Amino acid sequence: MMKNMTKAEYEKYAQRKSPDSPLAKNIFFAFLIGGLICMIGQGITDIYKYFGMAAEPAAGATSITLIFIGALLTGLDLYDNIAKVAGAGTIVPITGFSNSIVAPAMEHKSEGYILGIGAKMFIIAGPVLVFGTVSSVVAGLILWLFRLY
Amino acid sequence: MWTMYLKAFLVGGAICAIGQILIDKTKLTPARILVSFVVAGVILTVLGLYEKLVEFAGAGATVPIVGFGYSLGKGAIKGITENGLIGVFTGGIAATAGGIAASIVFGYFIALIFSPKAK
Repeated sequence: MMKNMTKAEYEKYAQRKSPDSPLAKNIFFAFLIGGLICMIGQGITDIYKYFGMAAEPAAGATSITLIFIGALLTGLDLYDNIAKVAGAGTIVPITGFSNSIVAPAMEHKSEGYILGIGAKMFIIAGPVLVFGTVSSVVAGLILWLFRLY
Repeated sequence: MWTMYLKAFLVGGAICAIGQILIDKTKLTPARILVSFVVAGVILTVLGLYEKLVEFAGAGATVPIVGFGYSLGKGAIKGITENGLIGVFTGGIAATAGGIAASIVFGYFIALIFSPKAK
C-alpha cells in the first residue's frame, strides 16, 4: 500500500502523521530529547560498569557526570537552545536540575560571589532540595513508626 | 543489552512527556514540576513501586529528576534498616550526597567562569 501512494496522497499521510498542534509537537520533542538524555545516561552507566564499578556507585557517578555536562552546556549557552525545542525533555532529566542551578547563578553574578552566585544558584534547586529532603524524612518517619521497612 | 537502551529511551522519554503535558495543560511552572516529580519519586519509592521501574528501565528511571526522589527514598529506607531513627535523617542525604555536592561545586565554578550572553 505504501508503495502505491501518489505524491499528493503521501503529503496527506505525512501531514496526518506529523505533529501539527503545538501540544503534540512539544510532547514529541520532550519525549525524543528526554529519552535521548536517558539513553546517554544508560551509556555512561555501562561505561563505568565496564571499568569495574558496581551498579550503585556507577549510577551515582552517572548522575555526577550528567550534572557536569548539564552545567557546562549551560555555561556555554547551548543548553537553553536545546531547551527551546525540548521543553520538559531538558527540564526533567538531572541535567535540567544542573541547568536550574547554573542559569540563575550566571544571571546574578554581578550581585557578587556570595549573595549573587552563592545565593541565587538555589532559586529553583533550593525548593527541590527542601521538598525532597522533607518528603524523604517524613516518609522515613512513617516507615519507622509503623515498622514498615 | 540493546533492549536496555530502548527501555531507557522509552521510559525516560515518557516521564519527560508527562512533564511537558503538565507544563502545557496546567499552570505549573518548571520549578513546580521539578518539586512535584522529586516528591512523587520519594512516595513511589517508599511504596515499593519505583524500584520496579528502575529495574526495568535503568537510566530511563534514574536520570529524570524523579530518580533523585528515588535515591532519597531508597537512602532513607537503607538508613532506617541500618541505624533506626537516626537513619531517617541521615539516609536520604547520604544517598544523594554525590549529586548534591556535584551540583553545588560544578554549578558554582561554571557560573564563576562563564557569563550569560548579552540578550
